[in-house]
Amino acid sequence: MTIPSALDPAAALRTALPDVLLDTVAFRNETTLVVAREHIVEAVTFMRDTPGLVYNYLSDISAADYWEPYGGWGERPERFAVSYHLLSMLYKRRLRLKVYVPEDDPVVPTILGVWPAANWLEREIHDLMGIRFDGHPDQRRLMLPDDWQGHPHRRDYPLGYETIMFSFNADEIMKHKPFAKE
Amino acid sequence: MVLQTPEKTGEVYKWEGSVEELKGLVTERAITGETMLLNMGPHHPSTHGVLRLLLELDGEEIVSCLPDVGYLHTGIEKNMEHKTYEKCVTLTDRMDYLAPMSNNLAFCLAVEKLVDLDVPERASIIRVICMELTRLNSHLVWLGTHALDMGAMSVFLYCFREREIILEMFEMLSGQRMMSSYIRPGGVWRDIPPEFLPALEKFLDYMPAKIDDYEKLLTNNPLWIDRTQGIGIIEPDVAMAWGVSGPSLRGSGVSWDIRKAMPYSGYEQYDFNVPVGEHGDVYDRFYVRILEMRESVNILNQAVKRLTPAGPFRSDNRKFVPPPRRELGQSMEAVIHHFKLWTEGFSAPDEEVFVAIESPRGELGCYLHGTGGNKPRRVHFKTPSFMHIAALPVMSKNHLIADLVGIIGSVDIVLGDCDR
Repeated sequence: MTIPSALDPAAALRTALPDVLLDTVAFRNETTLVVAREHIVEAVTFMRDTPGLVYNYLSDISAADYWEPYGGWGERPERFAVSYHLLSMLYKRRLRLKVYVPEDDPVVPTILGVWPAANWLEREIHDLMGIRFDGHPDQRRLMLPDDWQGHPHRRDYPLGYETIMFSFNADEIMKHKPFAKE
Repeated sequence: MVLQTPEKTGEVYKWEGSVEELKGLVTERAITGETMLLNMGPHHPSTHGVLRLLLELDGEEIVSCLPDVGYLHTGIEKNMEHKTYEKCVTLTDRMDYLAPMSNNLAFCLAVEKLVDLDVPERASIIRVICMELTRLNSHLVWLGTHALDMGAMSVFLYCFREREIILEMFEMLSGQRMMSSYIRPGGVWRDIPPEFLPALEKFLDYMPAKIDDYEKLLTNNPLWIDRTQGIGIIEPDVAMAWGVSGPSLRGSGVSWDIRKAMPYSGYEQYDFNVPVGEHGDVYDRFYVRILEMRESVNILNQAVKRLTPAGPFRSDNRKFVPPPRRELGQSMEAVIHHFKLWTEGFSAPDEEVFVAIESPRGELGCYLHGTGGNKPRRVHFKTPSFMHIAALPVMSKNHLIADLVGIIGSVDIVLGDCDR
């Protein structure tokens, strides 16, 4: 079997699906393609199935929050971003597809139909970052208890701390400790 | 068993299942009481940590298996957002507690890529030595517990005897047996102590015969073969689609080792083989790891030979790496750098990088996003155990409950690695 020569993912995507690609970022030899949120499924399917690209393995999905304490999200277009890290085992290279997600509508289409590996990765982001994945059949929390309030990986979620116990507040603190009491 | 490839890395594996299958629900037969629901864990000895599996059983056969994780979720990624890059290293140890050095390396490589920091060659060689010792350490625990799960008690004792030697060597390096935090951004914490190399050479002479011993106990043991061959088969296409990586993926016949394919820390300069299985069952995953242990000894032998010239063990870029102690009494700049690095830390650009290494369990990826300041905006670890537990329902379907224990053991999960 002859291996077709490797294509430039950005150029190939721009030719085949013109309205999908929004921006390209190159940083430290890593390529990031910023993709329109509603077209992410088309984009990953294209990356997987096109000869010359063959990104056939989903390495990771991770989300970032650009919330800043003084308001806004810097120069970024939206508050959240979800990054899909794809790996081409044939051409031995990686690619990052990135979608920006607005704060008031944190929903991304699920890519579960392309890779079932996205199942837990998407559930983890849903749990900890509060971004929903539209079409995901299992929308329960993954890591945290089902009745947990909030999404800890958001930047505006406080780290939290444990109150130091002194004799004057020991009873009050012990009352709220989660272990079994008589 | 072959040592080099059926080339399966270029194929596009399309997943045939439907999204509805992933609903995470038991079947309707459980509601009518036709099948039985059984909780395995969270405190079951063979779940290797606190993993709860909700099993739906038809007699002894598993109809569906729903893993429930999060019992060890400690918010490590969140905590890192509130620490400087140097301090984050100590947290990475606590994720995969059987291979702490691998986590150190994944994080440090990501930091070095983010700030564009070079590592001297001697530091890379020391890192390779640490990586392969960690791989042996982790595989020894895996082999011992896996065999123990399947009823072979004595292997466990032998494996832990050898692991003890490795932990003693880690103590020589870092002062700590397990949570070593030895690998730091820019190199390693300190140079290897004089007693380390003789101990390592002695260990390398000693270890191959011990691997032979484990093989004598298990490889051709009819009981072991009966329990493992043909059990928990993952076809290569299913394994790729579910994100299975490392020895478990290679057991299915996909020749993919990041050390070989996309080398880091100078792995391209070492001569080693990548063992690849054929059937994708528990036995192949077991045997791939045994061969990997031999390859680790082989890499270690080469690394020891390359280590002889003395040289810097960490970068001399003072903006990122603190100066050595002896400079503090002589140089004003050294005092300033020392003070700045230990109070404020260094800053990294508001950009993102992704680095993946081959940890003993599989592909360990670190996604690191800087803020432009001295703390990361987001750290995310793609951990192999997480993906393997997510794939457990596929592997365990229609198997007997007794085989499930072997399947869990064979993909080598660590719950600290999964939950973080």
